[in-house]
Amino acid sequence: MSDSADNIVVFDHVQKSYDGENLVVKDLNLQVARGEFLTMLGPSGSGKTTVLMMLAGFETPTHGQILLEGTPINNVPPHKRGIGMVFQNYALFPHMTVGENLAFPLEVRGMNKADAEAKVKRALEMVRLPEFGNRRPAQLSGGQQQRVAVARALVFEPELVLMDEPLGALDKNLREEMQYEIKHIHESLGVSMVYVTHDQSEALTMSNRIAVFEDGVIQQLAAPDDLYERPDNAFVAGFIGENNRLFGKVIGEDGASCQVELEGGGGVVNAKKVNNGGVGSRTTLSLRPERVTINPTEGQSANSCKARVEELIYLGDHIRTRVTVSGNEDFIIKVPNAHGHPVLQKGTEVKVGWETEDCRALDAPAG
Amino acid sequence: MANVADTMPDPMTGEDGIPLKTKLRIAERRNRIKAALLVLPLFAFILVTFLVPIGQMLYRSVENNIIADNLPRTIELLSEWDGNNLPPEPVFETMVAELKIARETKEIGKIGKRLNYEMSGMLSLFKKSGRKVRKLETGPYKEALIKIDKDWGDPEVWATIKQVSDRITGSYYLAAVDLKRSPQGEIVAQPDYKQIYVSLFIKTLWISLLVTMTCILLGFPVSFLLSNLPMRTSNLLMILVLLPFWTSLLVRTTSWIALLQSEGMINDLLVTIGFIGDDERLKMMFNQTGTIIAMTHILLPFMILPLYSVMKTISPSYVRAARSLGANPFTAFWRIYFPQTLPGIGAGSILVFILSIGYYITPALVGGQDGQLISNLIAYHMQSSLNWGLAAALGSILLAGVLVLYMIYNKIVGIDNMKLG
Ligand SMILES: Nc1ncnc2c1ncn2[C@@H]1O[C@H](COP(=O)(O)OP(=O)(O)OP(=O)(O)O)[C@@H](O)[C@H]1O
Ligand SMILES: [Mg+2]
Repeated sequence: MSDSADNIVVFDHVQKSYDGENLVVKDLNLQVARGEFLTMLGPSGSGKTTVLMMLAGFETPTHGQILLEGTPINNVPPHKRGIGMVFQNYALFPHMTVGENLAFPLEVRGMNKADAEAKVKRALEMVRLPEFGNRRPAQLSGGQQQRVAVARALVFEPELVLMDEPLGALDKNLREEMQYEIKHIHESLGVSMVYVTHDQSEALTMSNRIAVFEDGVIQQLAAPDDLYERPDNAFVAGFIGENNRLFGKVIGEDGASCQVELEGGGGVVNAKKVNNGGVGSRTTLSLRPERVTINPTEGQSANSCKARVEELIYLGDHIRTRVTVSGNEDFIIKVPNAHGHPVLQKGTEVKVGWETEDCRALDAPAG
Repeated sequence: MANVADTMPDPMTGEDGIPLKTKLRIAERRNRIKAALLVLPLFAFILVTFLVPIGQMLYRSVENNIIADNLPRTIELLSEWDGNNLPPEPVFETMVAELKIARETKEIGKIGKRLNYEMSGMLSLFKKSGRKVRKLETGPYKEALIKIDKDWGDPEVWATIKQVSDRITGSYYLAAVDLKRSPQGEIVAQPDYKQIYVSLFIKTLWISLLVTMTCILLGFPVSFLLSNLPMRTSNLLMILVLLPFWTSLLVRTTSWIALLQSEGMINDLLVTIGFIGDDERLKMMFNQTGTIIAMTHILLPFMILPLYSVMKTISPSYVRAARSLGANPFTAFWRIYFPQTLPGIGAGSILVFILSIGYYITPALVGGQDGQLISNLIAYHMQSSLNWGLAAALGSILLAGVLVLYMIYNKIVGIDNMKLG
């Protein structure tokens, strides 16, 4: 990915501060490959919009450089960058019809009327709104406005399209439908997309790669499956998907794994070395709920631990089981509602087990 | 099915058998009465202080009872007169009789004044004749009256009296647009020296337009700044904008005089720095310039407030979207931002324009000779010349003009598009 020829956007040691005291974006290094769908995911206030705004040209980096197609664009004004953008509230011009909205980017580029009309027509067909050219934005539903905004960002055929939480205002069903449509458009047009969301399932379904932001820093940049199955640190493990955490101290290491003595009296378990300190340091163990087995048969799993059943929630395809493990009362296990699954009672003592591979030793929380 | 319907209570009827619709009507009526009671005091107030006076004004502008009330028999006889030569003797006789009564009742001045509007010299004719007819006991009255004042021998005098005898008249409106009815009954232009109202109307419209334009030009950038500043700073600035409202009109106007007059501070400063010579001091006060400057200052908040409230609601993402779509800053402003401020400009303009059309005190104080507007003349006719009919006609024309403007605005922009706050 670092091969610069195929990167459409490169952030090179970019920093941003609004007030001269706090860095909202800290030393950002990020490459967006041509044709890629890259999502920036992170909690509110983590700096995602700021990064997007710097790329679009509405904010200037306080340090570092942004390269578009290999050329620095720090001093290029927004209208000369040729980047399409979809805003969270769509920003459709209320005093223009849908058709005029779509024609606007073509008009300011000096395209003649006939060509522009043809393009507008095609763009409206692409978002499946061919009959809506004469309506005002206010006469469209939220989902339709969203589609028009996407069409407008694409109609002048930019190489790069930015979207800042474009689906945030839609209800769940519509959001899923639009995710599919945007993904489809991305694949058929081959444009590069930088997409901002704080909805992790949206990020997981749409993206080629996801950059997880926290506090102005990219915590991990990886493909969705990597991110979920192989989180680099405790923040990513906790932010993406459901995650059980156990704290402990590293007491020994061998090769790819380490021995961890659990805090809370759970005994010693084996974990995969990922991001932990040396022997003697604290560590966070991360375990996905679906990778934990209840009452494993002898030799089935490499690690096992005592647990007490606290709560059972029937969810149809699986039974969400909350147990206490080594002092952690919020340890979740997903028991598949499969033939012959263990029938549990609240308050009973059970054993839980997992593979060393699935238990990742990550950084300990600060302090 | 039929059985069920028989045994079930009608769903549109409540348990007590009263139909739902009736109940709803009763409930709604109660709400309506409540609402009516809430607006009643204001309605009564507006009725007494606004609608009734306007009705009065409209009536005054056509009312013309004075002649018909005081010279009833004369005008009855005059109605048979063909208007060519002098009227016959009986007319003179009743005129003398009625002049005597009018003198007793002290109405003679009013009659003379009313006739004087139509034909100058009538007031003195009536006053003089009123004094002298006392001694007239026997006829022939024709010669006697003509002897008192030879104007009685002028058929035009009699034609004029005949003409203003109707109880409802349009002559004030004619006068308000520099026209009059000739004694022969045709509508003709006033003599040149009396033609002031049309040009004054035009001047009033023109100055109001200028004031509105300057208010837009000065108010737009300020509102733009206000709407883009953080709340705390913009609140502070807003206080500065509203400051003119908090100082008395007289104080403000006086300060303008102190600043702008020939011996005022601005001229002194310009002379001191040698920008102009002592003998070329700018005349910025007691003329049209003074009126425009002072009115702009006073009316500016009426432009800024609606503009600001509209601009406040325009999300910055529109301009950003336009920029990202390839528009340069000017295009983004002109094609995207500016059109969205039009409701504010419209609301501000119509406020400022209507207020300045009727503005009175500022032009009176700083306008000098050529800075007077139509309202100043209305005031003059109400307070000095006491020609209330003409004042009312001028006022009604002004009112009609404003209503027409309002309708045009509604047609072009749409009143629902106007945003006042
Ligand atoms: N114009 C600005 N002036 C000052 N501070 C700002 C400005 N815009 C953003 N910030 C601050 O920068 C930080 C990052 O904001 P940003 O909008 O980039 O977050 P985000 O990741 O997009 O969050 P969200 O998911 O809520 O949209 C926040 O702490 C915010 O308060
Ligand atoms: Mg954001």
